[in-house]
Amino acid sequence: MAQAPQNPASSRAAMQMQLAEKFKSYKHVWVFVEIERGKVHPVSWELMGEGRKLADDLGVDLCGVVLGPRDEGTKQAIKEAYHYGADVCYICEDPLLADYRNEPYTRAMTDLVNKYQPEILLLGATPLGRDLAGSVATTLQTGLTADSTELKIADDKSLAATRPTFGGTLLCTIHTLNHRPQMATVRPRVMAMPEPDTSRSGRMVWHSLRMKEDDIVTKVLEFVSDAQVEKANLAYADIVVAGGMGLQQPQNLALVQRLAAVLGAEWGVSRPLVQKGWAPAERQIGQTGNTIRPKLYIAAGISGAIQHRVGVEGADLIIAINTDPEAKIFEFAHLGVVADALTVLPALTDAFARRLSARAMAS
Amino acid sequence: MPAEHFDAIVVGAGPSGNAAAYTMGKAGLNVLQIDRGEYPGSKNVQGAILYADALERIIPDFRETAPLERHVVEQRFWMLSEKSHTGTHHRSDTFNEEKPNRYTILRAQFDKWFSKQVREAGVTLITETTVTELVKNEAGKVIGVLTDREGGPVYADVVVLAEGVNGLVGQRSGLRSEIKPQHVALAVKETHFLPEETVRERFNLADEDEGVVIEVLGSVSSGMVGTGFLYTNKESISIGVGCLVADFAREKIPPYELLDRFKNHPSVKPLLKGAEMKEYVAHLIPEGGYDAIPQLTGDGWLIVGDAGQFVNAVHREGSNLAMTSGRLAGESLIALKAQGLPATNDNLKLYRDALEDSVVIKDLKKYRKIPGLLEKNRQLFTTYPALLNRSMNAFLRVDGRDKRSKETEILKGLKKARGNWLNVAFDMLKVARAWR
Amino acid sequence: MSEKLNEPDFPAAEAIDAPEEPVETRKGLNIVVCIKQVPDSAQIRVHPVTNTIMRQGVPTIINPYDLFALEEAMRLRDDYGGTVTVLTMGPPMAEDALRRALGLGADKAVLITDRRFAGSDTLATSFALTSALTKLAEEAPIDIVFTGKQTIDGDTAQVGPGIARRMGLNQLTYVSAIDSLETEAATITVRRRSEGGVQVLQSKLPCLITMLEDTNHLRRGTLQDMLRAARAPLTVWSADDAGIEDPMKCGLRGSPTVVKRVFAPQPRAEKAEMVAVEGKTPAQIGDAILDVLFAKSPKLEADVSAKITA
Repeated sequence: MAQAPQNPASSRAAMQMQLAEKFKSYKHVWVFVEIERGKVHPVSWELMGEGRKLADDLGVDLCGVVLGPRDEGTKQAIKEAYHYGADVCYICEDPLLADYRNEPYTRAMTDLVNKYQPEILLLGATPLGRDLAGSVATTLQTGLTADSTELKIADDKSLAATRPTFGGTLLCTIHTLNHRPQMATVRPRVMAMPEPDTSRSGRMVWHSLRMKEDDIVTKVLEFVSDAQVEKANLAYADIVVAGGMGLQQPQNLALVQRLAAVLGAEWGVSRPLVQKGWAPAERQIGQTGNTIRPKLYIAAGISGAIQHRVGVEGADLIIAINTDPEAKIFEFAHLGVVADALTVLPALTDAFARRLSARAMAS
Repeated sequence: MPAEHFDAIVVGAGPSGNAAAYTMGKAGLNVLQIDRGEYPGSKNVQGAILYADALERIIPDFRETAPLERHVVEQRFWMLSEKSHTGTHHRSDTFNEEKPNRYTILRAQFDKWFSKQVREAGVTLITETTVTELVKNEAGKVIGVLTDREGGPVYADVVVLAEGVNGLVGQRSGLRSEIKPQHVALAVKETHFLPEETVRERFNLADEDEGVVIEVLGSVSSGMVGTGFLYTNKESISIGVGCLVADFAREKIPPYELLDRFKNHPSVKPLLKGAEMKEYVAHLIPEGGYDAIPQLTGDGWLIVGDAGQFVNAVHREGSNLAMTSGRLAGESLIALKAQGLPATNDNLKLYRDALEDSVVIKDLKKYRKIPGLLEKNRQLFTTYPALLNRSMNAFLRVDGRDKRSKETEILKGLKKARGNWLNVAFDMLKVARAWR
Repeated sequence: MSEKLNEPDFPAAEAIDAPEEPVETRKGLNIVVCIKQVPDSAQIRVHPVTNTIMRQGVPTIINPYDLFALEEAMRLRDDYGGTVTVLTMGPPMAEDALRRALGLGADKAVLITDRRFAGSDTLATSFALTSALTKLAEEAPIDIVFTGKQTIDGDTAQVGPGIARRMGLNQLTYVSAIDSLETEAATITVRRRSEGGVQVLQSKLPCLITMLEDTNHLRRGTLQDMLRAARAPLTVWSADDAGIEDPMKCGLRGSPTVVKRVFAPQPRAEKAEMVAVEGKTPAQIGDAILDVLFAKSPKLEADVSAKITA
């Protein structure tokens, strides 16, 4: 029943009480800097860029929360947090934070929040971020909007978090009325990556974890890296080609893959194809799959439901191929082709190959 | 665990199966109903019009809880040609009665409701389970069924085959032959969503409970034996077209293309403007009439609903005949059980007689000759509707020519189209006789 | 809200995991799987004018992710003995989802349904489910609570962690496999998907596991399972039955978040530039697209060829 909106809030306006006295001191925008195995997840910097705008709107500080072991990775993360926009970093360095585990991370985060009282706390909607956000929000008994696609400061200075709802058929804007901090998670690539400013630095606030290994039930026995495994990296690809129901047959996915191969692009599919078992979940593009921000996105035979739209809107240029001139995808594509994807895909593959080899010969 | 034994197993959760199961469950029989769909009725497809009378005899107060869309206050009948339609309307405020006679329904919701009534009547329902075979004893009497799930056969005194038009279980068990393509129509339907107010305005309806039915003959079937329809639901329009499977095979017209043409007909297109298509379904309808009815009973089994070809194609009635046959089967089995009699073919005469005596067989007998007539007289679907529209058009156009010349021209056209006046007269006679 | 600042007032973990009898004499595992009935998202419609959801005729299904949790729970039960209870919060018709779960092989089913649950956000949902779980734990202590990775309608993945936190269960999210389970020592080893790899975690019962998709193959219940499911009496609890004393923590009132606006996104101000295809051969269409594309974004041509030569 999570965040299934009933009627928009007009009938509930009466419920909008004054913010309780104890929350009035809550101030500043926090971004959780997610470090896993010494590396910062790029979503943290995307959030930093977004957090900067929110902090500026409110006239408050933007703060990074850096949790990790005392090592180079953590040190680097702190430095970069300022480059990407932080004014202050709250830092908890402890060997117990070497690997992500729910218990020590939840403890560190909730202690920091209770002590320093931010009004907004943003996390990436990654496996780590979602694991942590749910625990932290429940511990703090505050509101959490998962998978936000847009963050804004409302007229009353509260956070308006917009996210798709009803399986991505509509959007809704969610507010946390009487609790602080206002928490939200955002999926990777939903927000743009800001340009780092290496001249920036800021204040550091240190915090100690005050936990012993014996206090923590869950132990990490091993980490099996999937570096060896060939995995799709749709989220960060420069060019993406994707197919939808217009492909008609699973074997026609090959047409998408062939075009992707010529372009050195990643390939993906819309949700129905994953649900039909034509492609693995990691190839899904859209709100519930991968959000992408490529320079060029080619959508073949995809109708363009909202849940797909929010996953691809960050693309610089979208080409849509669909037989239905009324298809929703033409409402947000930059280039439209009303034709059968099954004939256009091979034609486009040939055209690119010809054009690009001619160019290569000329240069 | 010892094998379960039921008083009756009902195969299928469509209108006939539900009627049979409900009737028996209500009377305290231990009934198992098995449906192959993901949820009860998920494979069911219909236009759909609900005829109140048949259901009222099973669940008298159904109006209080059943999900009904609109009751029909107006019936239109259209003869369609390429660019025109000529038709009749019958609209009457007397249809706005306390207990209306016909309703448009959305089957997904209606079937869900019906199934709930069946379960509340004490029937055990299992879904996502396909009956693969009937189990017989040495004497050849049906004593149970096998399904596609592990866990062996399940037994019963009698098996009610409410499995729909194809009758696959009956076929596999050698109780009946395969259905013939000239005895079955393929209907395709789409549901188009519109705001309630738009439906009301477009069809000139007083409120959200009033509805319109349009039945269509002529170019809609592109020369095949078939008809089209358009029904108003609360927030949607059901539109469809159906023709004999044998005709589709011969003409090689894809059914969706036929529906597409219908939707784009200038008389229809404005009615659907701005609507969002949300559902496309296809369904087979048994239209062989009385002469196509298979053997209906045997030792330990009987057939109800579409599986028995109980469809009146002329009046587009099927679900009511299905419900009625299901109810009669249920009542017959209750009576046998009360008398302690086994469900042998002889004893099931009770059901056969009840059917003979009911609207089901009486109406099918009345129109016995219609299927054959339509199949052999395609001019009824092509020449006459086209002619009628041309005539109306010529007659209404004010172009300086005198009316008498126009009348003569129209009559000449009619004669020319059918070769001579005798043929026209024969056509009239044939229809009249088949109708009688 | 309690007096103290943001101080949680959850049931103490001990109240749940303190077994009334010694572990050795316990008969197998007591597992609860939280499931949710969701509309089949492929069939949700939006009213073209008012932009409200048209629920009529939309079939409901068990949240697909929950089925992986259910199968894993049943696998553990088959290996170690015990019972699998399915728990859901929802309207009375959510009974269908529970019966379906019973037909797949679950042993017991509990529905918590109450008008007061309406409008729950993730926090209020985890509160209501935790209340029911605590009530269930009175009969026998719970060893493992399973949930799916997330739902397909809410997509938040936050209710599982919420339950774990409230009940003091060890939280194991995004689990792709359960490597081992020692019932006597109450230890469990799982594989947890994380960024760039898999964590092999050892933890203790009682725990909460959110199961990743495609990690097992859902069984098909036997005819006996189906018959049992069709007839099984369901436990239906109201908020009171579930032991909820403070209705202010339920539904809308217990939800710190409110939905202020539901809307459909606007089309982009600038319409898509349509490439003319009428009367062209496929090859001509391919060239026409590239002409328009590179005219629109000359930089892209360089980017694309750089990418290919690289």
